[in-house]
Amino acid sequence: MHPAYSVILFTTSSGAGYGLLFWLACAVLFGGVAPTGALASAALFIALALITVGLLSSTLHLGRPERAWRAVTQWQTSWLSREGVLALATYVPAGLWFFAQWLWPGIWWPLAMVLALLSAIGAMVTVWATGMIYQSLPTIRAWHEPMVAPIYILLALTTGAVVMAVLLAAFGAPWSTMAILSALLLIIAAAAKWIYWRRIDTAPRDWTIESATGLGRIGRVRPLEPPHTQANFVMREMGYAVARKHATVIRGLALGAGFVAPALLLALAASLPSGGPAAFIATIAALSVATGVLAERWLFFAEARHVVTLYYGADRA
Amino acid sequence: MTALPLATEKKLGLVIDLDTCVGCQACATSCKEWNDGGYSAPLSDEGAYGPDPYGAWLNRVHSYEAGEGADSRTVHFPRSCLHCETPACVTVCPTGASYKRGEDGIVLVNPDTCIGCKLCSWACPYGAREYDYTHGVMKKCTLCIDRIYNETLDPIDRQPACVRACPTGARHFGDLADEESAVSKLVAKRGGFDLLPEMGFKPTNKYLPPRPRKVTPEKEAERPEPIERPDGSAAERLFAWIDKVLSA
Repeated sequence: MHPAYSVILFTTSSGAGYGLLFWLACAVLFGGVAPTGALASAALFIALALITVGLLSSTLHLGRPERAWRAVTQWQTSWLSREGVLALATYVPAGLWFFAQWLWPGIWWPLAMVLALLSAIGAMVTVWATGMIYQSLPTIRAWHEPMVAPIYILLALTTGAVVMAVLLAAFGAPWSTMAILSALLLIIAAAAKWIYWRRIDTAPRDWTIESATGLGRIGRVRPLEPPHTQANFVMREMGYAVARKHATVIRGLALGAGFVAPALLLALAASLPSGGPAAFIATIAALSVATGVLAERWLFFAEARHVVTLYYGADRA
Repeated sequence: MTALPLATEKKLGLVIDLDTCVGCQACATSCKEWNDGGYSAPLSDEGAYGPDPYGAWLNRVHSYEAGEGADSRTVHFPRSCLHCETPACVTVCPTGASYKRGEDGIVLVNPDTCIGCKLCSWACPYGAREYDYTHGVMKKCTLCIDRIYNETLDPIDRQPACVRACPTGARHFGDLADEESAVSKLVAKRGGFDLLPEMGFKPTNKYLPPRPRKVTPEKEAERPEPIERPDGSAAERLFAWIDKVLSA
């Protein structure tokens, strides 16, 4: 599948934003972090900025972005529509909570707790819907996999946790627990991706050009003449195979730079007192995670093979 | 609406005969010609006369080689929307621009509400949908909805452009829900089949398999030697002498 950069940026940026929103809500609900104040304001601003940049970026790959509002109408059947509805719905508690930072700093705490809880739930459900857009497509075997949506949630939680650790360290709040939690999540996410890659590598690829054309009744089928001389939309969008030969190297880089190295860095730095040096190390870890997750998301598209490529000569899908 | 009709009154579709298709591309070019001016207009081309032409087409004709050795054959294979009974391209659409008509089962895209997210093209295993970069919306076979119900056309022209154009009669249009229709009978008689039935989208269009070869390798071996060997008769020597004299 063609890796559209706008969609890669959208899923990674929004994922981190929703993850951060989730962890901020958890910190407020269970960790004694004040629902208003400098830390909450900064975390909410960054979370909403990451989410909004991602959502705006996702409209860039549309042919008719001005009609994007129509995408909230078909939630009964379409996971893409559900994602849009859930994303907008999550803005309500998160947005109210954000504006309470200035308009109502002494916010009645039960209301703050409800807004935090709704924000956390909305964040996770939205990311789940994003994952289901891919997981629900039987035409792409690497995506039609029960691990796909859970990994989307896991990576959102992981990237959000790392950003939360940076913020806690930067604001001088106790950050060690979040740093350890981030390191653990990074290791779990790396293991999940490794298992996912093993699964897609060993999955039976039993759709063939013979079954796609129905000509297996005659015998082995091979393409003789293509229908057109230049690549068409189907080949451009679904037939992307540019970097598959580098996939193993990129997988290694994504796991090493994106997960293992920052996990070690955060685990080692967790004993540092909250403050400048800790925030600096956590920021380096966060940048490393961002690179790794972008590579992971790029591979998610580039490695996915679509059934339609069989008509254009792919032996199996 | 992207919710599918529970059942459609008719199942209009195509029956494509892989035995008689000669791969002439008349269906594809005729489709392009009609749909560049009809419901799907503009069906854009970019750099049509340049080194890297690109355009949206609703019908593509592949050519495959199938089988081995003396029994192998060339099969021309037109590929377009199959107007599935349970099309995933419709249910994934976030805007309702993709829909399946309850009255005749035709799957359409409303070009006025499509946002060009391309998710429907990901959901289709048959590569039936092509994105129009100039128009910013998805294009697909309409089964020539602007011909088949068009009362300003002669009755004989009220069928899809591809069917009308096919010089070998390899394309047939009709109601596949009606068991008595010519297309249904043809499918029953010739063993028409679905593409990728295991994907579960229940295509309406059917393909007719190439007929068994009349001349098998075994029959070929039994055939008498076509060239007669010289038998040395007087008449043969006479003709050989005449041939020699005239050739000199």
